[in-house]
Amino acid sequence: MQWETVIGLEVHVQLNTVTKIFSGSSTAFGAEPNSQANLIDLGMPGTLPVVNKEAINKAIQFGLAINADINQHSAFERKNYFYPDLPKGYQTTQLERPIVGAGAVEIELADGSKKSIRIHHAHLEEDAGKSLHEDFHGMSGIDLNRAGTPLIEIVSEPDMRNAEEAVAFARKLHSLVTSIGICDGEMSQGSMRFDVNVSVRLAGEEKLGTRTETKNLNSFKFMEKAIALEVERQIDVLESGGTIDQETRLYNGDTHTARAMRSKEDANDYRYFPCPDLLPVMVTDEEIELLRNALPELPVARKERFVSQYALSAYDADILSGDLHLSNYFEGVAAVSGDAKLSANWVMGELASYLNRDDISIRQSPVSADQLGQMITRLKDGTISSKIAKQVFEACWNGEGDPDQVIEAKGLKQMSDSGELEKLVEQVLADNAAQVEAFRAADEGKQKKMFGFFVGQLMKLTQGKANPQQLNALLLKKLND
Amino acid sequence: MSLHDKTLKQLRDGLQQGEFSSRELTQHFLSRIASHDSALNAFITVTAEQALAQADAADKARAENSAGVLGGIPIAHKDIFCTQGVRTSCASKMLDNFISPYDATVVTRLKQAGVVTLGKTNMDEFAMGSSNETSFYGPVKNPWDTQRVPGGSSGGSAAAVAARLAPAATGTDTGGSIRQPAALCGITGLKPTYGIVSRWGMIAFASSLDQAGPMARTAEDCALLLQSMVGPDEKDSTCLNRKVDDYLSGLNKDIAGLTIGLPEEFFPKDLDGRIAESTQAAVRELEKQGAKVVSISLPSVKLSVPAYYVIAPAEASSNLSRFDGVRFGYRCKDPVDLMDLYKRSRSEGFGEEVKRRILVGTYALSHGYYDAYYLKAQKVRRLIRDDFARAFEKVDVIAGPTSPELAFNLGAKKDDPVTMYMADVFTIAVNLAGLPALSMPAGFIEGLPVGVQLIGNYFREDQLLNVAHRYQQATDWHQQSPVFGGDK
Repeated sequence: MQWETVIGLEVHVQLNTVTKIFSGSSTAFGAEPNSQANLIDLGMPGTLPVVNKEAINKAIQFGLAINADINQHSAFERKNYFYPDLPKGYQTTQLERPIVGAGAVEIELADGSKKSIRIHHAHLEEDAGKSLHEDFHGMSGIDLNRAGTPLIEIVSEPDMRNAEEAVAFARKLHSLVTSIGICDGEMSQGSMRFDVNVSVRLAGEEKLGTRTETKNLNSFKFMEKAIALEVERQIDVLESGGTIDQETRLYNGDTHTARAMRSKEDANDYRYFPCPDLLPVMVTDEEIELLRNALPELPVARKERFVSQYALSAYDADILSGDLHLSNYFEGVAAVSGDAKLSANWVMGELASYLNRDDISIRQSPVSADQLGQMITRLKDGTISSKIAKQVFEACWNGEGDPDQVIEAKGLKQMSDSGELEKLVEQVLADNAAQVEAFRAADEGKQKKMFGFFVGQLMKLTQGKANPQQLNALLLKKLND
Repeated sequence: MSLHDKTLKQLRDGLQQGEFSSRELTQHFLSRIASHDSALNAFITVTAEQALAQADAADKARAENSAGVLGGIPIAHKDIFCTQGVRTSCASKMLDNFISPYDATVVTRLKQAGVVTLGKTNMDEFAMGSSNETSFYGPVKNPWDTQRVPGGSSGGSAAAVAARLAPAATGTDTGGSIRQPAALCGITGLKPTYGIVSRWGMIAFASSLDQAGPMARTAEDCALLLQSMVGPDEKDSTCLNRKVDDYLSGLNKDIAGLTIGLPEEFFPKDLDGRIAESTQAAVRELEKQGAKVVSISLPSVKLSVPAYYVIAPAEASSNLSRFDGVRFGYRCKDPVDLMDLYKRSRSEGFGEEVKRRILVGTYALSHGYYDAYYLKAQKVRRLIRDDFARAFEKVDVIAGPTSPELAFNLGAKKDDPVTMYMADVFTIAVNLAGLPALSMPAGFIEGLPVGVQLIGNYFREDQLLNVAHRYQQATDWHQQSPVFGGDK
């Protein structure tokens, strides 16, 4: 049987406001538990929320970035349910009047084809705290630092047909929200979390199959794997004559397994109603225009600019424009070094592989854009060779100082003094008289092969610091003398 | 005249002129509370030590010429207002152990004005009730007849002021909780326009209806207290950002030419004739002073009780979710798991009436019932507001009885919630519309006080206080003092 997969995403994006959506507490990640939870975040009796205008503005900017309708009159509602990390017993969110209406995001697939994914809406809401189940002697601990962190929940239409499209869409959103500066994009800290709605149907079937929702995936890798696993499961069930239950599932990335968390039957009745503590959010045309004008360059525009301004290939431009921090880093390197192509190669090559190896993001790179730019400058002006450059980069990565300091401290400067180099060449030729003899006797073809031996000897002697062009010229001259 | 018979205004003047110190005054009221409150149960917590310290500070400020406008005057707060370092119980077992870590804005503002806090007054649990019988700390008794209820939910504040245990007190009014007990205890109480007094630190019952206001013996005293309670507050989004009105300078304005509307719906056929007559008599007094009286109709007001008993419980069901035994307040003993913790903490921590309203509200918001109940009630609310808007095109003030009945016997309605809910039939529409209204003493029937309600247009507290003050210049109902528990 031929099955078609249908996927829709709900994406939670933490907005990078300084304070929470309804209180003045900091939203910084990683603080001591409950050190960033004030009276409001604790849900103390008598406390009231006051909406953070920054969160509203960032949500609107997202809407503008996807060409969505901005609802100039939106409202907060209460979603009522009991959970220990939900201090008020309700989550303040939006339902009937979300701030961002319908829009669309275009994704590009590996084969170069493009597809538009429709966004149903995006709404503002507050994040919950965290329940900690370890180290409490059979009890649970509650950390409310995260409670009240502003989120936008982006709800897509079921427009994706496979995991590749879903991941491309997720990556595109990541690129968008980091580019317009509304989210730090740190997936490992939960800054973006994905709920994936998956169903399958027979090819050609109009009606959607029963869907399941796999919640809280926080990496593209897990998302891809979780979708594959769920599609496989659903097809297995259906092909063996079973039916799919509408349920919420949890995916475990460590074991690559998933389990049902709750079925539709025991779903909560959230008893949504307008929050009487908050006024409707009214946004004027003027405010929207101001926010539109303040919108930073979008990834699509940046990619075009990288091609025209830096003469990068479409492929390189696509990679470098996809993530704001990566883009900024690249442009920083290019500005300092004055060589965009070389900068692009280093950023996507050496730097990317180190980041990957240490599993850290570009923002945590120990080598700054400035440093990499300086190093490339030294590469270009002949102070160091590309081979030595890798050594310099590694030293910078390990925190041994700026490129110039590293070059100086380790004596990595290319030997460009021809007098000194000439002496060394003469010494090598003298020490290897037999090989010199053989070289001189050989034909041109053989000579080419034998030439490498002398280069190797000299590089060993100079610890790689000899300027290759100079060395080649000197060697040739002496060998043919 | 003994200190406790003086009005807030007289006490303020006396302190200013150095006739007595705040310490003497505070000690006097603390002594009265100590000797008389056992008969009334008006206070949940008396903060004697703190009160005397505040009094000393007020006397010192007075000596240094830096006293606030109410410097050194002792008052009481309804136990719904958070008071830092002091138990704030909302008259519930749920919060019996709750020491608030912060002050409500109303408390802060009055502190800044220099008041001394005598203690926290009894109330219906979470302000849910019209008789003050739902309190975890037991019912409050009406000082005019201790077999009877003082009204509710601000019954402790009303009884304390009526019995001269405090010169004035704060109250809150969600459906009549300031006005009805004011009427039943023979004092003056004002529910301001929704949004002019901050709700920060006032434990929420029904957020879109709750409003704090002053309770005192005279309209003038209410004006004095209100003046120090109002104003914008960035901590409350629903608190209006508007300039503070002057409630004192216009108190004596002539009311000649003022139009008073009498809604036919406030004088139903089955209304106690004696209450109707007391109300009419009060209106005649205002007429005598030059006011014009016209008959009006507020057709949708008859729907206010059902609409209110959907909206208020709906909001309450959500507002009270935070009382879950996890972070503060009552927690059941030895919960076996999370569900057990929730269920038992809430079952054991809340009283019957609170549970009833949580259930009603939960039902009204449930999937499939929302449109029929909550949404319908909101539509009714708009109709009621429109009724009032039309009326205020023709009249300045609307008058009627505050309560359809006199203070009733303790326990008389305990098992009949619907009859109890009807006690607020004349007051609820005002909350649904967000209008200001006050209740003032307008006579006695069989020794029990009768109150008249005056309803004003938005932000016209000044006009209501003016009319009530003029009325009180011509009458002495508000000066009557109850005899109770061996007093006098």
